Amino acid sequence: MDKKVMKEMTFMGYRRPDGRVGIRNKVLILPASVCASDTTRIIASQVENAVTFNNQNGCSQVPSDQQFTMDVMAGYAANPNVYGTVVISLGCENCQMDLVLDAIRERTNKPLEHFIIQENGGTIATIEKAVRAARQMAMDASMLAQEAFGMSELIIGTECGGSDPTSGLASNVLIGEISDRMAEIGGTSILSETTEFIGAEHILAKRGKDERVSQRIYQIVHDYENAIRLVGHDVREGNPSPGNMEGGLTTLEEKSLGCIHKGGHAPVNEVYDYAKQVDKNMGLVIMDTPGNDPSSVAGMAAGGCQICLFSTGRGTPTGNPIVPVIKITGNKVTYANMSDNIDIDASPYIYGKKTLEELGDELFTEIKQVADGKLTKAEALGYTEMAIARVCNYM
Amino acid sequence: MSEIITNAMIIDEKDTVAVAIEPVKAGQAAAWLDKTGGLHEVTAVTDIPIYHKFAIRDMQKGEPVVKYGEHIGLAARDIQAGEHVHTHNVENHREQL
Repeated sequence: MDKKVMKEMTFMGYRRPDGRVGIRNKVLILPASVCASDTTRIIASQVENAVTFNNQNGCSQVPSDQQFTMDVMAGYAANPNVYGTVVISLGCENCQMDLVLDAIRERTNKPLEHFIIQENGGTIATIEKAVRAARQMAMDASMLAQEAFGMSELIIGTECGGSDPTSGLASNVLIGEISDRMAEIGGTSILSETTEFIGAEHILAKRGKDERVSQRIYQIVHDYENAIRLVGHDVREGNPSPGNMEGGLTTLEEKSLGCIHKGGHAPVNEVYDYAKQVDKNMGLVIMDTPGNDPSSVAGMAAGGCQICLFSTGRGTPTGNPIVPVIKITGNKVTYANMSDNIDIDASPYIYGKKTLEELGDELFTEIKQVADGKLTKAEALGYTEMAIARVCNYM
Repeated sequence: MSEIITNAMIIDEKDTVAVAIEPVKAGQAAAWLDKTGGLHEVTAVTDIPIYHKFAIRDMQKGEPVVKYGEHIGLAARDIQAGEHVHTHNVENHREQL
């Protein structure tokens, strides 16, 4: 598939009033804290096309943790796959409703409603009002017509989870091929998982577009290692995981050298902090996220990625409430074992049965189809698990 | 010479390990092609599970283990060509890169 074909390829997306383009049209019922999360679950269950998640945070956090939570909440509301948001808070949490609304409005001017449980007569009364508001929003969303957009409108998040040696041989290499194609056509691809740059940071740093970006890459890696040392532990204690090692990964360095293949070969143009808004048309960028999959994907979703490519060696079910996750494995045994959960088999590359170009064409086409509305396996199964990165214990 | 089917691959020419892409039993040949299409093989001295690493040459204790052309750890003891290379004979080593 040459560059011209990729540049001319379009998908049917949703234009948002803030200028961004979505590939889903969800109504987000956003819990401002753990104390609102059961209420949002009940509200979302009553409204077609509404999504929510279990926010374990939002209160009793140190300021840097609260900032992560605020950025994920604001970023989710601003993600272009979301038509509009209904925020629910308890009322007394640290993530106060006015702070959450301000953070959302800083990023987007999309439809926004809010209800505070303690000011609306408890959960039942809040659910009643919020269901009506969300129902109206879902109906308004259904009136929005899709339009054709070029693939360069896409910001693609990349992730690897339950890795094994095939990740570095095939699935991450294939994601890297897509990352290179996105850079070539002027889209954006996000490389994430700072803990899995350890031992490979020098390779990424060499690809920084300038000295500032290169130094930032070293900095986020060293800061991550130091943060874990501060609580008396070493990042290697849980990484590689037991499953990584059973699969054949021996050291964190080996895992990292496989991980960074997701970034392909393009220059690294920017390094974003966790859950901060990522710009479109940036080529390859890095986001400083944990290796932990649900929180890393959540950071990129908050950054505005519309779609996530997720490689796995062992096989994982990971989805996300607002971003379709395309699952890819390079392990033929895992594909056979977990084909209910995995969308793409990249193992033919290892065995010389398909070229990287062929697999790249197939995956690029799959991305277009998913952008058009095709459900990924994680979506079809309703998998939406996510987490928010954290710095330390609750207060 | 009988037909040889490769059951392993090497990633970088600097590597001291290759990756089994099929399960290899002790005593079987593990065979791979280099970048120019040249065929290489060692006899597996231990079982090598699918997608795990094995040494393509002898390594001495303390020597860097090289995969992707980069150091992934140090040999924790002498390792023989054809031996499974994993957590039992590699130690972590954080380098200042």
